[in-house]
Amino acid sequence: MIPAAFEYHRPKDLDGVLSLLTEHGDEARVMAGGHSLIPMMKLRMADVPHLIDLQDVAGLTGISHSDNTIRLGAMVTQHDIIGDAKLAERAPILREAALQIADPQVRYMGTVGGNVANGDPGNDMPGLMQCLDAVFTLVGPEGTRDVPARDFYEAAYMTAREDDEVLTAVTIPVPRGGYAYEKQKRKIGDYATAAAAVQIVKDGGTCTAASIAMTNLSDTPVYSDAAGAALIGTSLDDAARAAAVAAMLGDIDPTEDNRGPVAFKIHVAGVILNRAIERAWARA
Amino acid sequence: MKDDVENREDRVANLKGLGCSRKRVEDARFTQGKGNYVDDIKLDGMIFGDFVRSPYAHARIKSIDASAALEVPGVLAVLTAKDLEPLGLHWMPTLAGDKQMVLADGKVLFQGQEVAFVVAEDRYAAADGIELVEVDYEELPVIVDPFEALKSDVVLREDLVAEDGSLPDGAHGPRKHANHIFTWEAGDKDPTEEVIANAEVVAEESMYYHRTHPCPLETCGCVASMDKVNGKLTLWGTFQAPHAIRTVVSLISGIEEHNIRVISPDIGGGFGNKVGAYPGYVCSVVASIVTGKPVKWIEDRMDNLMTTAFARDYWMTGKISATKEGKITGLHCHVTADHGGFDACADPTKFPAGFMNICTGSYDIPTAYLAVDGVYTNKAPGGVSYRCSFRVTEAVYFIERMIEVLAIELNMDAAELRRVNFIRKEQFPYTAALGWEYDSGDYHTAWEKALKAVDYEGLRAEQAQRIADFKAGKTRSLMGIGLSFFTEIVGAGPVKNCDILGLGMFDSCEIRIHPTGSAIARLGTISQGQGHATTFAQILASEIGLPADSITIEEGDTDTAPYGLGTYGSRSTPVAGAATAMAGRKIRAKAQMIAAYLLEVHDNDVEFDVDRFVVKGAPERFKTMKEIAFAAYNQAIPGIEPGLEAVSYYDPPNMTYPFGAYVCVMDIDVDTGVTDIRRFYALDDCGTRINPMIIEGQVHGGLTEALAVAMGQEIAYDDMGNVKTGTLMDFFLPTAWEVPNYETDYTVTPSPHHPIGAKGVGESPHVGGVPAFSNAVHDAFRAFGLRHTNMPHDHWRIWRTAHELGLHA
Ligand SMILES: Cc1cc2nc3c(=O)[nH]c(=O)nc-3n(C[C@H](O)[C@H](O)[C@H](O)COP(=O)(O)OP(=O)(O)OC[C@H]3O[C@@H](n4cnc5c(N)ncnc54)[C@H](O)[C@@H]3O)c2cc1C
Repeated sequence: MIPAAFEYHRPKDLDGVLSLLTEHGDEARVMAGGHSLIPMMKLRMADVPHLIDLQDVAGLTGISHSDNTIRLGAMVTQHDIIGDAKLAERAPILREAALQIADPQVRYMGTVGGNVANGDPGNDMPGLMQCLDAVFTLVGPEGTRDVPARDFYEAAYMTAREDDEVLTAVTIPVPRGGYAYEKQKRKIGDYATAAAAVQIVKDGGTCTAASIAMTNLSDTPVYSDAAGAALIGTSLDDAARAAAVAAMLGDIDPTEDNRGPVAFKIHVAGVILNRAIERAWARA
Repeated sequence: MKDDVENREDRVANLKGLGCSRKRVEDARFTQGKGNYVDDIKLDGMIFGDFVRSPYAHARIKSIDASAALEVPGVLAVLTAKDLEPLGLHWMPTLAGDKQMVLADGKVLFQGQEVAFVVAEDRYAAADGIELVEVDYEELPVIVDPFEALKSDVVLREDLVAEDGSLPDGAHGPRKHANHIFTWEAGDKDPTEEVIANAEVVAEESMYYHRTHPCPLETCGCVASMDKVNGKLTLWGTFQAPHAIRTVVSLISGIEEHNIRVISPDIGGGFGNKVGAYPGYVCSVVASIVTGKPVKWIEDRMDNLMTTAFARDYWMTGKISATKEGKITGLHCHVTADHGGFDACADPTKFPAGFMNICTGSYDIPTAYLAVDGVYTNKAPGGVSYRCSFRVTEAVYFIERMIEVLAIELNMDAAELRRVNFIRKEQFPYTAALGWEYDSGDYHTAWEKALKAVDYEGLRAEQAQRIADFKAGKTRSLMGIGLSFFTEIVGAGPVKNCDILGLGMFDSCEIRIHPTGSAIARLGTISQGQGHATTFAQILASEIGLPADSITIEEGDTDTAPYGLGTYGSRSTPVAGAATAMAGRKIRAKAQMIAAYLLEVHDNDVEFDVDRFVVKGAPERFKTMKEIAFAAYNQAIPGIEPGLEAVSYYDPPNMTYPFGAYVCVMDIDVDTGVTDIRRFYALDDCGTRINPMIIEGQVHGGLTEALAVAMGQEIAYDDMGNVKTGTLMDFFLPTAWEVPNYETDYTVTPSPHHPIGAKGVGESPHVGGVPAFSNAVHDAFRAFGLRHTNMPHDHWRIWRTAHELGLHA
């Protein structure tokens, strides 16, 4: 478990990062918490001759609030999310999800930026961010651009981010209504067998908005527009929830792994989503 | 001083002897990061070795080209089988009488097999060198199923087939097929089959006890240092049996045994994984001889999981017969044992399937028969006893599942079925149908105590309600009550029938009392976390009357410790613990003579009292052991040599048979397969209890490993022989989060033949725990028609059970 030799860079600002990326091209890669990248390097599945550590780069940390949005710097850790009281009040689903990621040791290091940029279908934050309709800010030699989370993921480890771009922030509209992040895993520190992120707005007894995304059930996170739509206008009775589940099942495409065969994953995805909807509705 | 006779209770307490929950003396260094493990050893000029491993499970090696690797700065040498062959070290003997390739000799038989050994100035250079060794493989058909292996004409071990195609006998007799290793039988075949054929009730079941791995926190490793000036080889390593390793190294290297010093430093868990001899040890020794430098080899986690000793992998088929009332009349068991590419099982020589013939369990079964067929496949070699005595976990799992299946067949409560079949207290010593003589037991008392403690009746009532609610659609959760009653067989063992590679399985203790009344004792065993430095001092404290705190226990250095067979199979307390007590008694016998001389009375006129010898009938006249120790060295006593030392080699007259009663209460989410262990009660009877706190710690640890194995831990292969569970992401190692609360309890039935009546406890909870967890899963589904489903009971397999029973409709 020893990585191939690499050069270690620790620039102080984003310009420094960008110039290193430009200079070394696909020989260079940024590192945030390193808790996905370093294992890959140790397994020699990732070869990174130039490793650019983002820890000292100014401007990538901090959680800031405006009236309608919340901005998470890319280097905000999962631990930071769990400990932030204002965030817990304004977007409690983030805390609920972060608490189900890995274990405390990993969460001290793992970052929001690394989690969403990684492109691993097992990561929990991509689906969560799709549910919340987040926007990712990317900065590269050509300038800055925003890409919606729902358009960001192309395939496993393939995203809309160019190799020479750095993800600097994740911005979400302040979520409304009830929420739930429901995840089934085999043990602490495991990626999801199936996970569901749900936000629901209730008006009177009727659902007026619903957003649903699933994790580790395809080679990308799955934002299921149809599943959300199936709930809107209903009172979330059994039939409505069943329709949402059916719609979601049409959007996922799980594969067999050590967590179980496809039929099991499909079944659990349905159960998990149903429970998430019920919990979110109860909180709405 | 003489009038200062403190009260007796205080004197007993001061010793911290038997029965005291003395804090572990080891923990001061372990909890401060001050342990000294093999990877902490750093020697001047030390270099590193690591393996090129096969990506294929079965392949011929056409060529190995190390030239690019040798170009890497810091890479010093690349060893292959060709380099070892002139030394006769390209193969090595296994503990099971087979031989194993040290480095691939023409072919590989399992994924991860050692192909070449890269020696470099540091680990990084070695790792880079490994990447550049070019091995040209020609893939061969892969067999991962032992049943297929016995039918296939793909020969895995050409070296075991004669030129004319015939099959020479193996180490354990005739072989039926090129991929067959041995057949081992116990008991009476024909009578058993007859009893079963004519029985009123017969239950049959087949079960697979999956392959898993002991996975100690510290992986295996060593440092070999050949001193070319004085011809001495020092080998530090993670050895559960340092003396046996010394003898094996001597036999295969030709270096005389006095020129080899084997040292086991602190060991971070073994659980059987560190009993065997591995290619890493041999290659390190050779590399040190070749380079004249100390060579370190340390496995990484994947190496450890994929290549060094696995456990289990037993396909077991049973038939159990009984009367209509539930009295068991016969038991038949057949095992197809998957041993992987080489037979490297760690078992006493005469027991190629370990003590699988303890599979009649805790029950009075008049007739029984067992046959085990060992088979080669394209999997890693091993077959160690993961936290159990040799194959006892398999045996206990088998019988405890068969009992449950029989209960279903009889439509009887499984607790009651056990009760009516237990060996009764007055039947001990009890000779079982498969040959073992159980030393002592009181199973009914333990069982009643356990059932009462958990309110068994109440649990069954609650379960009945749950089933009714489930059927009425009020809940999607089922409740299982997992019962297990186990009898372990530990403390191998009597030299007349227990040896490993011809080395008798006695153990030893050597004691030196220092003049000021403290002591050092050295043993042939080696702690891997069991707390020997704590408990053996307690045994001795009670025997020789010096405080445990004044006694140093030392193990693991073959230059200083007396010869012994090491620590595994819960043998340390039964064997070395007995040696300790016996050596202590020799000290006491000499001390008695010294005391009598000092008190000017006859030897028989003094008696031992806690920490002193007292003149009979005159308790105010005494000599403390401390005083006696001083006199032993400093006073000329006619007819008595100076000094106070003793050594004892203990050959146990019998094994010991700890037992226990476990109950697990589990809730199961039928829709997701998620389980919640709500309660776990463990009653252990390990005979005399030396340190209750350490016992409790051992029980917690053993149960946690049992939880792992029953609920998710496995070494799984795909059809190509690729290991699917080679990292801790997929190989289940429970953390505090997954572990339930354990309630521990005990009864005390001393061993009649052990000097202090102790039986051993380290492995009991694992042996008894696995069936308790598994039976809970089975019990939850019993009302819906489940008889048996294989472990591990991870989410998807439980979900599949529910699905197949129609519970998702
Ligand atoms: C034992 C264990 C269990 C885990 N369990 C879970 C889990 O249950 N759920 C879960 O979601 N995650 C889990 N993780 C992953 C963990 O949460 C990581 O923190 C996360 O995936 C990546 O964050 P990081 O900061 O460590 O990223 P890194 O490992 O540093 O980077 C990951 C990838 O993203 C790229 N990257 C990082 N930051 C940026 C950026 N700002 N701009 C552009 N590219 C960037 C890197 O180049 C790299 O390719 C687990 C990890 C471990 C070790």
